[in-house]
Amino acid sequence: MSELISAEAKSWIGRSGEPQRVEINRSDIIKYAIATEQRQAKYLKGEEAPPMFMFGALRPLVPMDELGPDGISVDKFLPELPLKRVMAGGTEMKFHRSIHPGDVLCATRSLSDIYEKQGGTGPLIFVVYDLRVETEAGELVMEERQTRILR
Amino acid sequence: MSAINISALAVGEALPERSHTATNVSLFLYNAIIWNPHRIHYDETYTTQVEKHPGVVIDGPLQGDWLNQVVLNWMGDNGTLTQFNYSNRRAAYLGETLTSGGVITAVDTVAGTVDLEIFIKNEKGDIITPGAAQVRFS
Repeated sequence: MSELISAEAKSWIGRSGEPQRVEINRSDIIKYAIATEQRQAKYLKGEEAPPMFMFGALRPLVPMDELGPDGISVDKFLPELPLKRVMAGGTEMKFHRSIHPGDVLCATRSLSDIYEKQGGTGPLIFVVYDLRVETEAGELVMEERQTRILR
Repeated sequence: MSAINISALAVGEALPERSHTATNVSLFLYNAIIWNPHRIHYDETYTTQVEKHPGVVIDGPLQGDWLNQVVLNWMGDNGTLTQFNYSNRRAAYLGETLTSGGVITAVDTVAGTVDLEIFIKNEKGDIITPGAAQVRFS
């Protein structure tokens, strides 16, 4: 039984976003490694990307006029839902292959579930995204499942 | 770094803890490289007056990174991080010193895998970002 999630919103389950192509470069890895206080030489020299490097590499690049007064851009990959306040739920990652400068990766995000639960302070809607990162040749690099909670 | 002998590991064994004190500079650099313009990470007036936080917010994913480093810096040259999960349960603010750490929860010498529970706690000792990881040893 779904009271908050419309049939239209439910129809988004299974949809995929535009695949994103990312060229990995050494200086971005070095900057990320410094900012996150990595200790290992392979990260600080930019020879290998730390596990969460792709989180930054895949953030949306939108023109300035698409940024709100809070500084963030609206994620359009979300159906119309009656609850508006978004909180980060959990993030689960699986790593299949390390990432190095020169890699050209392809990332696809799909909306894999929307469901509601009664929370302690009211209803909650959970939106689950699955991210799949592959090499150009189709080798699986990493998978990530991210849950957003709307209240 | 050196190699880890998986058969010498025991459930309940703790990983080395590390403290992290974010600064305006470190948060600026982190949000610049991840291309995150959200003002709660650098604009104190906006953060406290508009979004009503008590201070500039330390990014949740930055804590996620500090969390997996507990494992990366422990596992030695023969370990590979294969799985990692975390969730940000409570916010942390500029000025707080956070401590990362972890404990071994399972050792499978046949499969060559070790499961870990990892955490970020605040100065009060509350776990604000819990997580788990799996490492495969060669």
